[in-house]
Amino acid sequence: MDLSYTNIAPPRLREEMLRLRQEEQMDFLVHLTGLDLGEEGFGVVYQLESTQTGKQTNLRCITPERENPTLPTVSDIWEIANIYEREAYDFLGIIFTGHPDMRRIYLREDWVGYPLRKDDKPEEQNPLRMDNEPLSDTTVQYDLAEDGTLIKRENVVFEPDDYVVNIGPQHPSTHGVLHFRVAIEGETIRRVDPVLGYIHRGIEKMNESMTYPQMLALTDRMDYLGAMQNRHALCKVIEEAMGVEVSDRVKVIRTIMDELQRIDSHILFFSCLAQDLGATTAFIYGFRDREIILDILEETCGGRLILNYNTIGGVMHDLHPNFVTRVKEFIPVMRKSLKEYHDLFTGNVIARNRMEGVGILTKEQVITLGCTGGTGRASGWHNDLRKLRPYDAYDRVEFNEITFETGDSFSRYMVRMEEIEQSLRIIEQLIDQIPEGPFQEKMKPIIKVPEGVYYSAVEGSRGQFGVYLESRGDKSPYRVHYRSTGLPLVYAMNTVCKGNLIADLVTIGGTLDYIVPDIDR
Amino acid sequence: MYYKDKSYIAGLADGIKSVAIGLKTTMRELFVKKITQQYPENRKELVMFDRFRGCLTMPHNEKNEHKCVGCGLCQNACPNDSITVTSEMVEEDGKKKKVLVRHEYNLGSCMFCNLCVLACPHNAITFDQSFENAVFDRSKLILQLNNPGSKVAEKPKPQLTPEMQAKIAAAKAAKAAKAAKETGTEGAEKSDDTPATKPARQYSPEMLAKIEAAKARKAAKEAAAKAATEQPATEQPKDVKPEETK
Amino acid sequence: MFNFSIVTDWLHTLLLSFLPEWATVLTESVLVAVVIISLAAIFAMVLIYMERKVCAFFQCRLGPNRVGKWGLLQLFADVFKMLQKEIIKMRQTDRFLHDLAPFFVITASMITIACLPWNRGAQILDFNIGVFFFLAVSSVSVVGILLAGWGSNSKYPLIGAMRSGAQIISYEISIGLTMLTVICLTGTMQISEIVEQQYVEGWNIFRGHLPMLVAFLIYMIAGNAECNRGPFDLPESESELTAGYHTEYSGMHFGYFYLAEYMNLFISAGLATTVFLGGWAPLHIVGLDGFNQVMDYIPGAVWFVGKALFVVFLFMWERWTLPRLRIDHILTLEWKYLMPISMLNLVVMALVVAFGLHF
Repeated sequence: MDLSYTNIAPPRLREEMLRLRQEEQMDFLVHLTGLDLGEEGFGVVYQLESTQTGKQTNLRCITPERENPTLPTVSDIWEIANIYEREAYDFLGIIFTGHPDMRRIYLREDWVGYPLRKDDKPEEQNPLRMDNEPLSDTTVQYDLAEDGTLIKRENVVFEPDDYVVNIGPQHPSTHGVLHFRVAIEGETIRRVDPVLGYIHRGIEKMNESMTYPQMLALTDRMDYLGAMQNRHALCKVIEEAMGVEVSDRVKVIRTIMDELQRIDSHILFFSCLAQDLGATTAFIYGFRDREIILDILEETCGGRLILNYNTIGGVMHDLHPNFVTRVKEFIPVMRKSLKEYHDLFTGNVIARNRMEGVGILTKEQVITLGCTGGTGRASGWHNDLRKLRPYDAYDRVEFNEITFETGDSFSRYMVRMEEIEQSLRIIEQLIDQIPEGPFQEKMKPIIKVPEGVYYSAVEGSRGQFGVYLESRGDKSPYRVHYRSTGLPLVYAMNTVCKGNLIADLVTIGGTLDYIVPDIDR
Repeated sequence: MYYKDKSYIAGLADGIKSVAIGLKTTMRELFVKKITQQYPENRKELVMFDRFRGCLTMPHNEKNEHKCVGCGLCQNACPNDSITVTSEMVEEDGKKKKVLVRHEYNLGSCMFCNLCVLACPHNAITFDQSFENAVFDRSKLILQLNNPGSKVAEKPKPQLTPEMQAKIAAAKAAKAAKAAKETGTEGAEKSDDTPATKPARQYSPEMLAKIEAAKARKAAKEAAAKAATEQPATEQPKDVKPEETK
Repeated sequence: MFNFSIVTDWLHTLLLSFLPEWATVLTESVLVAVVIISLAAIFAMVLIYMERKVCAFFQCRLGPNRVGKWGLLQLFADVFKMLQKEIIKMRQTDRFLHDLAPFFVITASMITIACLPWNRGAQILDFNIGVFFFLAVSSVSVVGILLAGWGSNSKYPLIGAMRSGAQIISYEISIGLTMLTVICLTGTMQISEIVEQQYVEGWNIFRGHLPMLVAFLIYMIAGNAECNRGPFDLPESESELTAGYHTEYSGMHFGYFYLAEYMNLFISAGLATTVFLGGWAPLHIVGLDGFNQVMDYIPGAVWFVGKALFVVFLFMWERWTLPRLRIDHILTLEWKYLMPISMLNLVVMALVVAFGLHF
């Protein structure tokens, strides 16, 4: 949909933000996108939502300065802004005054330039460096002095006598190349500092030089367990921008596929969590059942992990003739396996003790940390986009939004396990009623999105996956920004893990269920 | 073994029970059929799904002819620059014609997004189901898709409904007639349905166009009547007189 | 039943006939050492193969099946690989302690394996405080693990070693108490006598009925913890500490830890077999004399190894079912549940013995 926003001048930003937060209960910062607007300077788009009233507001703040763009921080109003602003600083060089931690997050600390600036030439300034990546124990904070100059201040991340253990980048339980620097005392965690960017591929930068159909190929590679949903979100935003209405058949197909993908993702979640907690056998059982879904997906989409299925205006292939029977065979098998998972792992006293009461996130915390998806729902935050703003065929199926109140690791686990059942329910309702119709709308050979700013989101496997798309009417976008589902989760690690044991870091990381390529993009 | 909110004995009993259930589950699995696939041994039965994207290929027919006209659309569509199409202009019958020299495909950088296949207007390239693509040298991943010495087949038969085919044929015929009128003796555009075989041509362009248009009309009528039970389209190419050698 | 001491006595007299006494003892010692080392290595390898296969079958897989028929040669391939791997010397380790640690671990296993009664008369170390000696020596391995953690001068191994120290020392208490329960019934600590008694009177687990069964179950938990095996494998818990105390080891130094783990597994199972399941004593059922006689024809060594492998299977079943505990849960389990229960069990056993309620 079109993203309507109000422009606001930098000096008034904080005042307005505080007003929105306090008076209009805009407690959820959905998305923060940094923009290079060329002559106009640099801008940041804030997308706010109130979890109480459901109202949404978007603000855009532009600083005309190109040399040293500065904007006031909002990281003290919404915690999640902390990492979003660091991202904007990393890519665009916008300095957020008052931000306590102005470090790069994805790129090396000694990187020169800001790659998402349109005039940046990264390959000229950054030769291939053969030395180790520096990781400093301190960070900087910029404050704005009365006369408008910047005051630089050093903040400490780790004290010299902190016992810092590096968990990752090569570690069995970080689920990818993620690096945590963990300060511990005995086995108790005092601080977790995630170091990101080991698989940063610059997808957003690449997108700016790609045509719209080409962009689609990259979304599957972000959250590889939500490939279908990611691509769905991108197709949805482009279709909405172009005013293309897909056929009913495509809508139902996309819904079923999204749910299959969700089951796939949640089974993998179960397996990996079990593996993290040392229950190797449960891990294999999960993978055994996931294989069936992968086969179903492969038969129709031609891929197992990288599915490559949604296209602008439809889907790549029509459903395979075997699809319906295979899915129908799968549903009872999955129900039986779920019972087995519960017997083997969920009910187990050791697993329960490892998860219950460990890593509690309150509802306020998940909202301010922007932890959508299962993590948010485990803390009692009703954030399921399939219920809040139903898209495609979700308004014609019955299913429950699973929420828990406790917000500990066990409820995060149970949310996912019960969502498998709900997904099966959705599929069951739709599988016999796939309407006839074209599987692909007729599109022009060269797809151009009309000028404007668009945002669209779907409920991914682990939270709200949104796409911010700014078009100037060309065949490639001006700026694309993905609301990564994993970034808030990995940022929440510091809050959740404090005071827990090292073994709990593994449990918490497993139950938060982040996917690293999605964080790094 | 304890549950936080239970008494000592109840917690202990529950703990033992849960462990026993777990042990029972694994013991049951000990006797079920194993799921391991014995890979190199099951090569014969291991058939990939027909939509599986293994490696880009350019199908050639038995006469070593492919359908690629060297237009380079696949190259443009590729997000990774995995495809390089080299073509040259050759003079043929006084006409300049683009001919494919080399269709180079880098399997190493391909991300199997299927865009090239979708982009191709002639269905000249497709993904096959091979999956044992590992090689010892990266340079072996750069493949030439067109066979050496191959040439482009006469234009392929598009898979069209009889109505559409009839329409196209009619349009073609009209165009051919026009072209024939303008050039006088020069041949009309090749018909879309011309098979690869090239027997001698007997009709003048005008005549041909007329015949073709009539046939097309007839075909359309038939198709409408029979509702595509029998394919008039399959007969059509046979009747249309090929044109190549004059 | 065949008494293996006939063979040893014959060998002894044979050697004495042409060698002085000191040389005889020396020769015998060397022979025994060779036998222990090869036995240990063979059983460790058998167990590694068995673990892989059993674990695979629990997990709907086939396990190793590429090297040799049913993957039987896989182990030799692995050992061969490990032997030719480089032992990496790191700059900042405490070289001496780092290199010493694996030998501590493997030596402790070698000595304890000498205590196991393989057959009547086929026992290397046998004296009146056998069980006590066994427990004492087996805890030497914890010194090796602590040294490995400390000598590596690395953070993961240190945490792993500290966990291991806390865990093994705690669980030794349970093991000690279950052993006391057994000794309470048998009235002797000499391993050969314990087995001999079971040959005559029936296996301890039947003789001592309920308290003995409880002791056996507790041993099944504590024994697993003693070997640092799942669900008590947190000294090396791979998902938290990558490889725990042996993170910094490579080549055969790592191989020693690996071998020691499986030897300890066999030793734990062997001890359980000895004290609960009658060691080399065959299964006798009162009243079925024919059956008993048939059972007696099966050699004691077969009984012992068979029973030990069965216990190993139970250990593996436990390992491949349960998730890993957390360090505080491990200590809670020991101090709040296992120790009080085994103490109570000891009292019950004492009452059973005092009132002659056993079979």
